[in-house]
Amino acid sequence: MPQNSGATGVTAEEIRTRVRELAAAHDPATTDHVEFLGHRFDAGLAWVHFPVGCGGLGAPRALQQVAEQELAAAGAKPANVYRNPIGLGMGAPTVAVHGTEEQRSRLLRPLWTGEEVWCQLFSEPGAGSDLAGLATRAVRDGDDWIVNGQKVWTSFAHKARWAMLLARTDPDLPKHQGLTYFFLDMSLPGVEVRPLRQATGQAEFNEVFLTDVRIPDSMRADEVGKGWTVSNTTLMNERVAIGGGASPREGGVISPVAALWRSRPEVRTPALHDQVMKAWVEAEVARLANARIGQQLAAGKPGPEGSAAKISFARINQETTRLWLELSGEDGLTYDDWTMRRVDLGGSDGGRSAGYYYLRAKGNSIEGGTTEILRGVIADRVLELPREPRTDTKLPWKEIPR
Amino acid sequence: MTDIPSLLYTDVEDDLRATLRGLLADRCPWSDVLARVDTDEPYDESLWKSVAEDLGLAGLLIPESLGGAGATAREAAVTLEELARAVAPIPYYPSAILATTALTASPASEARDNALPALAAGTAIATLTIPATTAPGAEFPASITGSLDANGQLHLTGAATTVLAADRADLLVVPVLIDGEPHLALVDATAPGLTRTRATTLDATRPVGTITLDGVPATAIADPTQAPAALAHALVTGAALLASEQLGVAERSLEETVTYLKTRHQFGRPIGSYQALRHRAADLWADIAAARATARYAAAALAEGSDDAPIAASLAQAYCSDVAVHAAEECVQMHGGIGFTWEHPAHLYLKRAMSLSLLQGTPTHHRAALGGLVNLPSA
Repeated sequence: MPQNSGATGVTAEEIRTRVRELAAAHDPATTDHVEFLGHRFDAGLAWVHFPVGCGGLGAPRALQQVAEQELAAAGAKPANVYRNPIGLGMGAPTVAVHGTEEQRSRLLRPLWTGEEVWCQLFSEPGAGSDLAGLATRAVRDGDDWIVNGQKVWTSFAHKARWAMLLARTDPDLPKHQGLTYFFLDMSLPGVEVRPLRQATGQAEFNEVFLTDVRIPDSMRADEVGKGWTVSNTTLMNERVAIGGGASPREGGVISPVAALWRSRPEVRTPALHDQVMKAWVEAEVARLANARIGQQLAAGKPGPEGSAAKISFARINQETTRLWLELSGEDGLTYDDWTMRRVDLGGSDGGRSAGYYYLRAKGNSIEGGTTEILRGVIADRVLELPREPRTDTKLPWKEIPR
Repeated sequence: MTDIPSLLYTDVEDDLRATLRGLLADRCPWSDVLARVDTDEPYDESLWKSVAEDLGLAGLLIPESLGGAGATAREAAVTLEELARAVAPIPYYPSAILATTALTASPASEARDNALPALAAGTAIATLTIPATTAPGAEFPASITGSLDANGQLHLTGAATTVLAADRADLLVVPVLIDGEPHLALVDATAPGLTRTRATTLDATRPVGTITLDGVPATAIADPTQAPAALAHALVTGAALLASEQLGVAERSLEETVTYLKTRHQFGRPIGSYQALRHRAADLWADIAAARATARYAAAALAEGSDDAPIAASLAQAYCSDVAVHAAEECVQMHGGIGFTWEHPAHLYLKRAMSLSLLQGTPTHHRAALGGLVNLPSA
C-alpha cells in the first residue's frame, strides 16, 4: 500500500483530533449516513493508510483501529460493508495502488460511501482455479478496448456500477503476461447480467456476458500486460477490518445445533454428544483463530493465517450442517422452498431450513478460492515448498490445451 | 463472555522465547536427548540448573515475595512451548507448574513459604502426587490417607501411581484424606517410610513412577475448605498450559517435516513438490495456527484469572492434543523409512505428543467435560 503523498509521521493523536473535528463539523447523530461517510472520506479517515486525497492520510495501517474506535465513540456508524463488500475489500486497494490520479478521484469516494457498488469479473466457465488461463478478449481499437467474453460467479453484478475486469489482451504471450486489468463501467452497452441459480435453488451470483463492450483506455489499470500483477493486489487484500469486534461464542452455524441439542433431549446419544462437542470445539477454536488474525491486523502485522481460516471455515460449516441434518431426524428430509430467489452475498439468509444451510455450505470450500487452491497457497507462500512441475507457464496462451 | 484477551506474543514473551530457544539449541540437541534414553539418567540435571537457576524460569508462577518472578501463565506457556519443541528432559511441568500452582493456591504457612523459594530457585524439585492422567474436575484422590499420632504429627499412608518425576522430586505435594476429609500435605521425599519406583515410559523424556507411603511424616498445608480448590486450580492450570507444550511439539514436527520435504528427492523431484504431501503439510500448518490461538487463549484466561479458564483449558486440551499427535504422526509418515528409525528424532516428538494427549485428561474426556461446562449435556 502506498504511504506517500504528503502527510508522514501521522500519530494516533492527530487521528483523534481529526475525528473530533469531523464530528464537530458534521454531527453523526443528525447527518445522513452516506453524506457523513463522504465527509469522513474527505477528512482522510476512510482508510488512514491510503494516500492523501484517496480517503487516507498516508498513516500506518495500525492507526485504522484508532480511527474506527474514535468514530464509534463519537457515535458514527461504520461504512456499510454489506452493501459493497467487494468494492471496500478488494476494489479500493486495487484502485489506490494501481489507479491513475483520474481513476482514484473518480472511483474511490462513491465506492467508500456505497453510492457505487462494485463487482469482480475474474472467473470464467473455463477458468476457475486457473484464473490466468481466462479467455475473455480485449482488443485495442483507437482510444478504446473492445471486450468479448463470459464471466461467472459474479456477486453483486446486478447491483454494481463498476467491475474489476481481467481480460486477455495478447494471446500470443504466455498466460500470465497477456492479461490486462480494467475498471469497467457496468452501465456500458453490451454488458448483460443474468442470475446464476445454484444448488440451494436461489441465486446469489450472476453470469455476465460481455459483447463488443467499448471500454475507454483511460479506464485501464496499470500497464497493458500487467493484469496478473494487478489482480494479485485484488486477491491478496483481505477484507478491510472495519468496525465490529470478534463474533460471539456459538455465533455461527453451531448455534442452531447447540439450541437443538439443548431443547430436544430425545435426540441425545453418547455418540452424537461427542460429535456435537467436536463441532462446538471446532467452532470455538475457529472463533479464537479469527480473533487472533484480527489482533495481528490491528497490530499492523497481518499474517498469512487468513487462508487457513478460510479452509477451516468451510470444513466446519460443512461438518456442522451435516450433523444438524442428522440431529433433525424426520425434519431433515424436508426443505423449505426451492423457489428461485435472488439473495445478496453477505445479506441475511436467516430462518431457512437445515437442508438449505447444508447445501449452501458446499459452496464454502469452492467460492473465493477452493480449499485445494488455498492449501497450495499455504504450501507455496508460507511453507515455501517446491512447486509442482508445470507445462503451461511458458507456452503462448493460445497453444495451451483447453 | 467478555472480550477476547490478546492472543499475540508480547515483546517480553518473544525475548523469553529467544533466550530459551538459544539455550536449548546449544544444550539440548535432539541427539543428546536420544542418547539419554539408553542411560539410567533420564533427567538432564545440568540443563535443569540452567533453565531453573540461570534463567530463573522455575519461579515464573511464584510471587516475587517468595523468591519467584511473579510472572503469569502467559510466560510459563511460552517456556513450555520451547521445552516441548526440544523434548527437553527436565521436570519443569510437574515442578514449576503442577506442584507450584497447588502450593500458590494453598494458604500461606511456614511449610509452604519455605518450599516455594526453593522451587523458585530451582534448588528443589517438586511434584503433585496424583496419577498424571488426572483431569480437572476429577474427584479428590482417595488413595492416600493421613492420621495424627499421639504427638499431633501427621503421617501419610497409601500410594499414587504414574506420578510425574516421582523418582526425582525432592518435595511432594500430596492430596490426602484425613478422617475422610480432603487436605493437601507437604512431604520431604527423603522421609522414612517413603519408597518410589520409576516406570519405563512411552515418553522416556518424561518419566512417571509409583510413590508408596507407609506412615510418612507430613505437614498439612491446606484444609478441607482449601484443598479441593487448590488441587482444582493446579489441574486446570496444568491442562491449560499443556496445550502450549502440544503447540511446541506440533510446530517442531511440522518444521522437521517441511525441511525434509524440501530436500528429499524421489522420482527425480523433491517430494515436497507432490500435491499429496504439500496439501497435508498445509493442513498441518492451518491446524497449528488455530492451535496457537487456542493455547494462547487458555494461557491468557489463566493470566487474567478469568472465570472462563476451565472452559479455555478443556477447549485447548480437546483441540491441541489431537493437533500435536496428528503433526507428530504425519512427521513419521512423511519421512518414510527414516522416520521410523531410532536414529531419527521423529519418534521423540511422537512419543511426547502421544503421552501429552494422555496427561490431565484425553481429548475425548475434555470434550465430554466441556459439555457440562457449556450446558450441552450428555445423553
